[in-house]
Amino acid sequence: MPEMRIIRTYVDKPNSESIESYTASGGYTALPRALKMGPLEIIDEVKKSGLRGRGGAGFPTGIKWSFVQRDSKQPIYLCCNADESEPGSFKDREIIERDPHQMLEGIVIGCYAINSHKCYIYIRGEMPKGARILERAIRESYEKGFLGKNILGSGFNLDVVLFVGAGAYICGEETALLESIEGKNGEPRPRPPFPAQVGLFGCPTIVNNVETLTCVPHIINRGAEWFASIGTPKNTGTKIYGLSGSINKPGLYELPLGISLRELIYEYGEGIRNGKEVKAISPGGGSAAVLTAEEINIPMDFDSLARAGSMLGTAGVTVIDDATCMVRVAQNLAHFYRDESCGQCVQCREGTWWLEKMLTRIEEGMGRMEYIDTLIDACFQMKGTTICALADGCAMPVESIVKKFRHEFEEHIKLGKCPFGNKYMGIWDGSD
Amino acid sequence: MPFSVELREKINQIISKSETRQSALIPTLHAVQREYGWLPNECMSEVAEILDIPPASVQNVATFYTMFFTKPVGKHVIWLCRTLSCALRGAEHVEHYLSEKLGIHTGETTTDGKITLLEAECLASCGTAPAMLVDDELYENLTRKKIDELIEKLKKD
Ligand SMILES: Cc1cc2nc3c(=O)[nH]c(=O)nc-3n(C[C@H](O)[C@H](O)[C@H](O)COP(=O)(O)O)c2cc1C
Ligand code: SF4
Ligand code: FES
Repeated sequence: MPEMRIIRTYVDKPNSESIESYTASGGYTALPRALKMGPLEIIDEVKKSGLRGRGGAGFPTGIKWSFVQRDSKQPIYLCCNADESEPGSFKDREIIERDPHQMLEGIVIGCYAINSHKCYIYIRGEMPKGARILERAIRESYEKGFLGKNILGSGFNLDVVLFVGAGAYICGEETALLESIEGKNGEPRPRPPFPAQVGLFGCPTIVNNVETLTCVPHIINRGAEWFASIGTPKNTGTKIYGLSGSINKPGLYELPLGISLRELIYEYGEGIRNGKEVKAISPGGGSAAVLTAEEINIPMDFDSLARAGSMLGTAGVTVIDDATCMVRVAQNLAHFYRDESCGQCVQCREGTWWLEKMLTRIEEGMGRMEYIDTLIDACFQMKGTTICALADGCAMPVESIVKKFRHEFEEHIKLGKCPFGNKYMGIWDGSD
Repeated sequence: MPFSVELREKINQIISKSETRQSALIPTLHAVQREYGWLPNECMSEVAEILDIPPASVQNVATFYTMFFTKPVGKHVIWLCRTLSCALRGAEHVEHYLSEKLGIHTGETTTDGKITLLEAECLASCGTAPAMLVDDELYENLTRKKIDELIEKLKKD
């Protein structure tokens, strides 16, 4: 079965990142249509489409947009979240590098809808190529009159500024992102107030993910009903799934929401490499609870995964084969969150540090049986108690791994060493 | 060492486009690091003076973000991804290979000052793992040959 490409239609075409290529394939035709529709009708259309945020939480985009007080005396900002740093997630980078105008068109329509005249695109510092491409795309867009003053003669003005981050996963969290643009450490803010009321420089602000905004021109051009007919009733549209890890064909696959994880792994990913079997799957980026091989028939949508105690997140699917030590997987993830915690909340700062330390002890054969329940307990303490969801993002995968693969932890402790006995994790043959 | 005229010009441009002086800080630090390769103390003091913000705030931000270097680094910086998808496809093997080849551990710089090897977290290249960012270029699907050729090139430069 081919993919259902809407956003990815032109990603393989040479020069797809240029404005000529974009306009030649029907780009920037949603914008004049949107300018004729008017802001409220756009918001209504996005609501009807059922579009849910692609940045991780799946919040309905049209509803988020309607939270902004459109006649605010202060400026209103849109921030496009291009910080993509979630382990296993690499979908936004392709949009940025291969079809940036699609995203820019979504930004202009979004800004018009929420009455914003300034948009920041926050791109992570580790995407220098993406930044170069976006800089050029923004310039081209100004030159053609899709950005700047009196866009397409509508009287609507918009400036887009590219802001380059400097290495911090936490800046993808929307309030940390705002702090970072303000020139401060990326330390999330307590909510309320929410950014829609008090956001960037104290002004009303909407933060949306790259893929979310890129869906918008398609909804305007082809209609909310068309979009809503794809996927399942509450999980509409296509989703760009990322497949990585122990898989034969890693890569990006655009398919309707609700496709089964099995189909994704076996039909599109062509199964597990080196003749191995699936042991575990991280279905929605590193922060999602892992699933076991028995859970592989689950539909890949927001609600089904939430019901299974995990999440769709960014739909970055990391597949783990049966030659992999799960203690090592948990340790690898805990290291990430320990490294990336901003340090404001004790439960997160100490919790991530402690989890990594305990997991390392067990992996190195110095664990004790009572550590296992203490690990579960520590994860429980970290959930729902902090300023942002990073602590949960560490606790969820670790807790699920300890609970679902408890026997591996016990074996490490009984043997006094890792039963897999590999010096280095994973497989690399290193040949071309 | 006062900043060059070009750098001053660049910073003035950043300030003129920023909502607040503080919000000019991160783009300014990028511009300064591009010129010096890292952020020496004197540079940070000068940034504080130009932006008219507390020096402590400049230090604080420079140390929070991993891509700002408050200690000298090599002429080239290798950021090798260590996160899960890369680890499953051999990032630890790659680290060992690189480390042997360069004669340094992760976190160190070669004695000739050419190359610093650092650990990165997920670089959004999980589908083409193992991956690393070298200065401004991403290297994906790493093999021994790709690494050998790259190191050769960096050493000559
Ligand atoms: C620790 C953390 C990291 C996040 N990183 C990202 C990110 O890199 N990109 C992103 O779009 N959203 C990220 N998010 C989610 C954002 O906070 C926010 O919900 C999202 O950008 C909203 O956009 P959407 O409604 O279009 O999904 C992160 C959240 C947390 C808690
Ligand atoms: S949960 Fe962690 S990352 Fe989030 S604000 Fe608290 S300390 Fe910072
Ligand atoms: S895990 Fe290495 S690029 Fe994502």
